[in-house]
Amino acid sequence: MEPITGAEILVRCLKEEGVEYLFGYPGGAVLHIYDALYNQEDIKHVLVRHEQAAVHAAEGYARASGKTGVVLVTSGPGVTNAVTGIADAYMDSIPLVVFSGQVPTALIGNDAFQEVDAVGITRPCVKHNFLVRDIKILAETIKKAFYIASTGRPGPVLIDLPKDITIGKAEFHYPKKIKLRSYNPTVKGHAGQIRKAVDLILSAKRPMIYTGGGVILSDGSPELVELTQLLGYPITNTLMGLGAYPATDKQFIGMLGMHGTYEANMAMHHCDVLIAIGARFDDRVTGKIDKFCPTARIVHVDIDPSSISKNVKVDIPIVGSVPNVLRAMINVIRDEKLRSDTEAVGRWWRQIDEWRAMKSLSYRPSAEVIKPQYVIEKLYRVTEGKAIITSDVGQHQMWAAQYYHFDRPRQWINSGGLGTMGFGLPAAMGAKLAFPDQDVACVTGDGSIQMMLQELATMKQYHTPVKIVNLNNGYLGMVRQWQEFFYQKRYCMTYFEALPDFVMLAEAYGHVGMRIEKPGDVEGALREAFALKDRTVFLDFVTDQTENVFPMIPSGGGQNEMLLAERDEMVSTHDEGMVLL
Amino acid sequence: MNNNDRHLISILMENEAGALSRVANLFSARGYNIESLTVAPTDDATLSRLTLVTCGNEQIIEQIIKQLNKLIDVVKLIDLSETDAIERELMLVKTKASGEQRAEMMRLAEIFGGRVLDVTEATYTIELTGPGSKLDNFLRAVEKDAILEVVRSGATGIARGQKALRA
Repeated sequence: MEPITGAEILVRCLKEEGVEYLFGYPGGAVLHIYDALYNQEDIKHVLVRHEQAAVHAAEGYARASGKTGVVLVTSGPGVTNAVTGIADAYMDSIPLVVFSGQVPTALIGNDAFQEVDAVGITRPCVKHNFLVRDIKILAETIKKAFYIASTGRPGPVLIDLPKDITIGKAEFHYPKKIKLRSYNPTVKGHAGQIRKAVDLILSAKRPMIYTGGGVILSDGSPELVELTQLLGYPITNTLMGLGAYPATDKQFIGMLGMHGTYEANMAMHHCDVLIAIGARFDDRVTGKIDKFCPTARIVHVDIDPSSISKNVKVDIPIVGSVPNVLRAMINVIRDEKLRSDTEAVGRWWRQIDEWRAMKSLSYRPSAEVIKPQYVIEKLYRVTEGKAIITSDVGQHQMWAAQYYHFDRPRQWINSGGLGTMGFGLPAAMGAKLAFPDQDVACVTGDGSIQMMLQELATMKQYHTPVKIVNLNNGYLGMVRQWQEFFYQKRYCMTYFEALPDFVMLAEAYGHVGMRIEKPGDVEGALREAFALKDRTVFLDFVTDQTENVFPMIPSGGGQNEMLLAERDEMVSTHDEGMVLL
Repeated sequence: MNNNDRHLISILMENEAGALSRVANLFSARGYNIESLTVAPTDDATLSRLTLVTCGNEQIIEQIIKQLNKLIDVVKLIDLSETDAIERELMLVKTKASGEQRAEMMRLAEIFGGRVLDVTEATYTIELTGPGSKLDNFLRAVEKDAILEVVRSGATGIARGQKALRA
């Protein structure tokens, strides 16, 4: 076999992995790789305008499609710019393989031009990383990276490639299969634990199903729906888990957590058996940990053993992949014709319906000023609930999660763990590349959108027509909300005295811009925008500057200590809560 | 279990650049303690054996073990405190040894099973091995002013009986 260069080996490996898109930005250390990309058409390279966007776009692609996202950046600032995106993918367990250029092996450690210790810098925020020092193991390393990124609890894997490795030559052999003696994720759940869990689940009088992003990552939604409907129990999803169970189904009682519904949080607080699936008991979900689910015995299904009993001690842990474990549970229940306590569960549903009747997501409508919630409601109606929605981070993110009812997995794409402003726009671009025939909208705010605005140019270049729904209140709204509640309205550095004219800006990038100032124009503008199938449209909604996200559990509160709306007197949170944030 | 329970954790991991930093990083990033750490390749050159001493309550130790296992480079590990195990540490101590001190120091070293490796007119350099507590006891027994320098390797250990930690 003819030896080929490291750069050519890399391209061949990507083809073997079936990689469709490569999100990247060239530079000195990766010139050889870009040269190898020049004479081929299988892998389409998307030239972003900032490396952070390359990673977010790859995440958007991965989150929407379930495939592994692939990124290529140069050494030094190329990879440091990518770190935020890598950390974002790590927190949300998104499968990515990131290639970073590196100075030639002989110069490593010499403070060479554009040198940075990429492996060292990314170590705390990757599932694993590699520095390739020998071209003979390049192909095998790439195979390992894809395997590690996409199996078990997924995550980003970085491969640092010194320039001489991309220039040197070796024979190309791509291993068909890879086995790592130190990495063997448990997929199949322990039968004894599953049996114990089923018994506990069926004995419940006030059961609650709480599921997270793990269900979506593992494509476990069909099994979750089947089990939930078989049991007839109420279900709530985390921010990362929305869409795993259809939001329009009657058993769904809304998102839980800091800005979750009253019924979901009250049901969590009062349940006697909690069935946690692919969720990690994040602090935004639990509130104050010693007030969390005080009367519940807990079953926890997760593929990552370190997620189990990390924040909350559980009674029956099951390590395994969600679809595998849930299928086994369904089989036990069906085969043995087991029954739940329907009478007790009926009483429990009546209680939940009373909580539901509080209508915790109601807000005061207005004929004069556009309410942000109203925009999301209209977005839901105009897209018939079918669009892929990405979001940035802040108030608009919570409103999108609350008022757009996600009926299918991978329809809701947001930065849940790291909370990265700037995520939404490049993620929308990635999602649109994965599903060019579907409507994609990016719900954002005037703060977040300005963090990755340059990607409007990339979207023009690659024809990714996305609808940008900007909820423009002139404020960093979520921070402003906290300053209002907890810092006696001292609005320090949350008001933008200068904002660009987003309509002109969109047009400058070659897109369509619209500014909407009256509630009566909201629906019409959205219809017009979505009718422009092949254009990116920037909808700048001028919204109520003082609107806050409700319901809300103030920091340090328990799940039964919610503020429902403006009418509730805002008690200043105690010192411990302030520390918790 | 007590908050300050001491655990001796022994890890078999890939002998690769960066593996040690992954372990050290994990402890600093998650706010766990490392009291001591020792590492060297094994008879199989592709593997290293890393032994560390940490402390924490039951929940923290459980998390430490799970997080360590999650590292891709970690092949296997054992909490030697949870099993019947032998713990050893090497200590080199340089002491003053002049006049009457000389005989006394030699006698102490013998009592603790130590060996004198280097002798000058005014000093001894003594080698001692044993569990950490025995080394502590030696240092307590020696007059404080007499100690010039102490070098400890950190604890390492192995399970008793037929149990063996191998890849």
